[in-house]
Amino acid sequence: MTDAELPAHISALIDQPQYEEAGDFPVERGYIWTACASVENGNPLFWDDAVAAELTGGPIAAPSMLSTWFRPHHWAPGLETQKLPLQVHFDLKKELDLPEAVMSDNTTIFYEPVRPGDILTTCQRLRSVSPEKQTKLGTGRFWVIDVEYRNQKGELVGVESWTGFGYRRDAA
Amino acid sequence: MTQTATRLLLSDVTVGDSLPSLSYDVTATTVVVGALATRDWRPQHHDYHFATERNGVKNIFLNSPNQLAWFERYVTDWTGPTGRVGYLSFRMIDSIFPGDTMVFTATVTNVETDELGCGWAEVDIAVKVGDKVCTTCKGRVALPTSPDDNPWSRRGETWVPQPRRGEDQKPRA
Repeated sequence: MTDAELPAHISALIDQPQYEEAGDFPVERGYIWTACASVENGNPLFWDDAVAAELTGGPIAAPSMLSTWFRPHHWAPGLETQKLPLQVHFDLKKELDLPEAVMSDNTTIFYEPVRPGDILTTCQRLRSVSPEKQTKLGTGRFWVIDVEYRNQKGELVGVESWTGFGYRRDAA
Repeated sequence: MTQTATRLLLSDVTVGDSLPSLSYDVTATTVVVGALATRDWRPQHHDYHFATERNGVKNIFLNSPNQLAWFERYVTDWTGPTGRVGYLSFRMIDSIFPGDTMVFTATVTNVETDELGCGWAEVDIAVKVGDKVCTTCKGRVALPTSPDDNPWSRRGETWVPQPRRGEDQKPRA
């Protein structure tokens, strides 16, 4: 298969904003502490209010938590199907009939600090889809998806870029 | 809570410096806590049978957002709270499983002050299990240029966190 065979409706999505939405809940400190605890991050910026006041004008979230604020609840009242994080990735798997997928690369650029109480908004942009390639996992395509995060004032707080590989396992 | 911490200055750093290594014994709890802390409910990060039977790997494994958190922690353990990470870019080569001892090491690859006066150190990080490199990462962190400087005070156009070589630093699949 060649790149020319990438379906036109997929090519048309490249660089287009998709899934613009607000987070399900405000940024909150309990999750910040849980995240720091998970990696034993003792940075006083997240644990000591005096240090946070001195350096950042008050508490902030660990910058690496950007995607945490957009991962949907595992369950919520009235939710009939579970929402998926990085929906564009799952759309590509379905549209290109590539049942398996892995993430290989992540690039995150951190802008304005995220603070408790912030309600972030996000959008996803498909940046590229490769021609079909054969790897040790199987045959499939690499794609790059950017996720842009803004706070309630419209300030850019971060941009994540994910490289995924959707594939079919090759017959043995 | 009162706690003292290192506050690394740009002048403390030289290209070629090694960061202190970090060794950590990964358990199933490490993996599950990391997944839940990042709200990642996918079963390969908490369900042994799903991971082994569906994904074909030997156990549950560390998820990507949690690896990002580990890199942030590793860099700011070195810099202290005045270090402000601008950019992290990592490539996962092999999975990290319960029972592994993961070892973080890093080298400073660049030290500079940008046109806005912000000091930056760039580091190349590797996470190894035994002799196997599991994840590589490039990072860029702002450091105070003097004891009175605070990278966190930069806002808007005075904060330019993206790598100076643009897309060149992004690993490509």
